[in-house]
Amino acid sequence: MIRLLSLALLVLAFSWAALAVEPDEILADPALEARARALTQDLRCVVCQNQSVDDSDAPLARDIRVLVRERIKAGDTDDQVRAFMIERYGKFVLLSPPVEGDTLVLWLAPFAVVGLGVLGAWAYIRSLARQPATAAPLSAMEEDAVRRKLDDAP
Amino acid sequence: MSRWLSLAPLLVLLALAAYFAIGLTTDTRTIKTVLIDKPLPAFDLAAFPDDGKRVTPGSLTGRVTLFNIFASWCITCRVEHPVFLKLAKEKRVEIIGLAWKDKPDELRAWLEELGNPYATIADDRIGRTAIDLGVTGAPETYVIDKKGRIRFKHVGAVDDYTWTNTLEPLVKQLEAEQ
Repeated sequence: MIRLLSLALLVLAFSWAALAVEPDEILADPALEARARALTQDLRCVVCQNQSVDDSDAPLARDIRVLVRERIKAGDTDDQVRAFMIERYGKFVLLSPPVEGDTLVLWLAPFAVVGLGVLGAWAYIRSLARQPATAAPLSAMEEDAVRRKLDDAP
Repeated sequence: MSRWLSLAPLLVLLALAAYFAIGLTTDTRTIKTVLIDKPLPAFDLAAFPDDGKRVTPGSLTGRVTLFNIFASWCITCRVEHPVFLKLAKEKRVEIIGLAWKDKPDELRAWLEELGNPYATIADDRIGRTAIDLGVTGAPETYVIDKKGRIRFKHVGAVDDYTWTNTLEPLVKQLEAEQ
């Protein structure tokens, strides 16, 4: 049962990406088609903004898929296609923003946060190490209390 | 040192709160056009209804115009339509329409039903000009200056408030430009 279920999930996981691209859009040349797929997977659908053009069922996304394939067929390089899209929709259209002045924070922030975490962990571990390894001896009153408890035990 | 360190979580929380306060109240859905102050992209479209005339960027120069991307399939376009009808009737500004991926029959019926505020309509049946304009959805309204440059883009329906507070002052300012 579990095996069947995981198989179904696996099939679903792999077929998901192929849902939006319709057969009549696909280029005859598999190499060009592969480039088009890779390119449109990194282009943001401007209608449903957290989907890629490759994933989206929006009519505008379809138009852009066809347009990208036309440009590839006409001999554009990947960079030229990306530049074409940026000219019209800005850098926001790229799902992975380029590393540049105004995106440095975006790219570096995760490392900074991990760095802070490591620093915090290091400080904590050091504070543990500074504490005496052996516990302080019991006071006379505590020893008394322990003895009484032990004596009471059946 | 340790006192300062114990304040750190609070400081981080405050910083995050400020960050979210700004982030969650900013409109991130609207993609700002990168074509501001740039000339209209080249296009050469048939007019609608097709009387043989072509609509090109040249059709939008020499005066300040609103360039409205609309379609009969677009529900929100019905909302802003009365505003444009009023503007056209009162001759406040010339409105040029771009019918985006529309079918001629449906477009005609739509204009007959609701009225036609457009001085000219460009028929972008395949939707390529809309992509060249960086259109993300309908309706969108561009303010085009006398030299045919895009000076402003409004995404979504134009209502009375948008006209009075944003578009009208801008149109007046651009009309005063040489």
